[in-house]
Amino acid sequence: MPLHVGEKAFKSRVEKGLGNEFMRGAVRSAQGRLQDSRSHAAEELGDWEEWRNLGQEIRQHTMENLDFYLQQLSEKVAERGGHVYFAETADDANHYISEVIEKKKARKIAKSKSMVTEEIALNDILEEQGCNVVETDLGEYILQIDDHDPPSHIVAPALHKNKEQIRDVFKEKLGYLHTEKPEELTLFAREQLRKEFLSAEVGITGCNFAVAESGTCALVTNEGNARMVSTLPKTQITVMGMERIVPTWEELDVLVSLLTRAAVGQKLTSYVTALTGPKEESEGDGPEEFHLVVVDNGRSKILGTEFQEALHCIRCAACINVCPVYRHIGGHAYGSIYPGPIGAVLTPLLAGYEDYKELPYASSLCGACTEVCPVKIPLHEYLIDHRRNIVEKENKSNLSEKLAMQGFHKLAGSAGLFNIATKMAPFLVTPFVRDGTISKGPGPLKAWTGARELPLPQKERFRDWFKHRTKGGQHIAKRGD
Amino acid sequence: MKVSIFITCLGDVFYVNAGKATVELLERYGCEVDFPETQTCCGQPAYNSGYHEKTKAAAKNMITAFEHSEYVVCPSGSCAYMFREYEELLQNEPDWKVKAAALKRKTYELTQFLTEILQIENTGAEFHAKATYHTSCHMTRLLGVKEAPLKLLSNVSGLEMVDLPNRHDCCGFGGTFSVKMPEISQQMVDEKALHIEETDADVLIGADGGCLMNIGGRLNRQKKPIKVMHIAEILNSRGDN
Repeated sequence: MPLHVGEKAFKSRVEKGLGNEFMRGAVRSAQGRLQDSRSHAAEELGDWEEWRNLGQEIRQHTMENLDFYLQQLSEKVAERGGHVYFAETADDANHYISEVIEKKKARKIAKSKSMVTEEIALNDILEEQGCNVVETDLGEYILQIDDHDPPSHIVAPALHKNKEQIRDVFKEKLGYLHTEKPEELTLFAREQLRKEFLSAEVGITGCNFAVAESGTCALVTNEGNARMVSTLPKTQITVMGMERIVPTWEELDVLVSLLTRAAVGQKLTSYVTALTGPKEESEGDGPEEFHLVVVDNGRSKILGTEFQEALHCIRCAACINVCPVYRHIGGHAYGSIYPGPIGAVLTPLLAGYEDYKELPYASSLCGACTEVCPVKIPLHEYLIDHRRNIVEKENKSNLSEKLAMQGFHKLAGSAGLFNIATKMAPFLVTPFVRDGTISKGPGPLKAWTGARELPLPQKERFRDWFKHRTKGGQHIAKRGD
Repeated sequence: MKVSIFITCLGDVFYVNAGKATVELLERYGCEVDFPETQTCCGQPAYNSGYHEKTKAAAKNMITAFEHSEYVVCPSGSCAYMFREYEELLQNEPDWKVKAAALKRKTYELTQFLTEILQIENTGAEFHAKATYHTSCHMTRLLGVKEAPLKLLSNVSGLEMVDLPNRHDCCGFGGTFSVKMPEISQQMVDEKALHIEETDADVLIGADGGCLMNIGGRLNRQKKPIKVMHIAEILNSRGDN
């Protein structure tokens, strides 16, 4: 199933994540590093909040005029001799790409990093077709070598592995003989990949932003692999989510600045590659044939809904890097190639609540994601909106929760009942009190006391104290006293 | 100046001393404090769980309870923020929406009220301890109250404040999250407890009953000798600890 990774049940995925000390250590240190560099890069810019406002405005304007800009993009690409295909579903996209490759009788495919091709599970289809698909982004390459371990992060797909584990993967699968030093590991991967670039017949890339006014696709990388993928093979296929578009180069400038700073804390990545159609006669290199595949796969259904701003996402992963829940359970626990807060928002929108109804609850609603998002997506509010849909529209909440909320509704809505309940609280818990604390709570309190003591309700509530208190030695008479 | 106390359920039932300290502090600065007795819960547990229809009764009850108040002051950032959600919650009921907007305008978290409205940065408090402060998420990120508690605490005589590492991280409470996803919540509070221990503080100070109940409950379970206190108690302290 596209989008999906790992085991089916959320609970067992979470248990697996919580029990994986290696993964948690790797994620913790990566998050720390990424958080620090992001804040530094944001501060350095000075007026970060104004940049965020600008980012939000650009995304808002683009989504509100998406049909216009997609049309413009498609015309410009065609003018430059490229082919554009709008794919409504994952199957449509895969089918088109697979046909292009079939026509070329190509067998060797080099890919640069692309989340949307993960989303539509393109590699599976191409491999079934007998193609040798090589991921050339270092993180993706490691995962592919490691028996197709799924990505756990949208920018750093192998974030869940530490360098010792990577050394072991290279050793076991490719006969690597050196140490876990990043320089040695990278040099080794570079040597392996160079051969692949030179022999690939088709290059497949993702697209960070497509520029509508010129029909250009911009790729943001640090490794330069996307430039190789888009230069050496004779045929290039670029796959983009339909929302990954900017009106002009001016907006590209703003969004690339926001992206690189928010994602990895860099002013700019080592490479920002801008490609416009196939190579022209005067040009020395580049593909002879260029295809742009624009993938909808559920995105247009989000347009015009309360969740429209989820389409503003520029895939920087800043929300993932600050999320304390992600830190403990890791990316695979989300069961989707889009993990973390944005994944918990986006995945149910693209794939429905049935398989992902727990994701909106995998958050303490601390708001760290919303605070850090460079285009101001109200992420934690969207999680509440999802919960509301699950409860009020889909009626998918469980019976005990429904009963509890029914009870809460009655209590909180009635001053009289609330008064009685809070007055009774100390007596109701009496059977569970041991040594002045509650260590084993009944019913719904059990989950609380699994890890924590529950304080005792006070015999004299605040309201009783206030009613009967003396102020400056004088008893204050209150209404109803 | 007339001030109505919005005590919150946790404040009414568990953290009574924090409520008392809140009243005493406000009265010291000449506020005429009252307690509207028909107040209940702000409705956040239902709201954040997606039961918005079932939150409306609580919201309307609270709006009515505080309708005639001049200022509403709450010793919890999270519950104070919940009052700000009412306007949108009741957007399809114009009369209530107007009243919700009025409630929003006059509601303040305690340290916010002390610094912004009463213009106080030093409460003249004295408390002898080494302490660290937990910044609760809703108070800092949603309500936007960041500096007020730290400023007030920095002026408490005898109090040595130590920075809490990773203080921006959630303690793992999250209301119903703590019982709905207890395994994840526990890992979060454990990490918080670890950082608190690293500071070598004797006292953990916070401004939200939910976080204090969560962190305090975990520290107690681990038998850690760290005292958990509400900021109102510290700011009202007179050095007799």
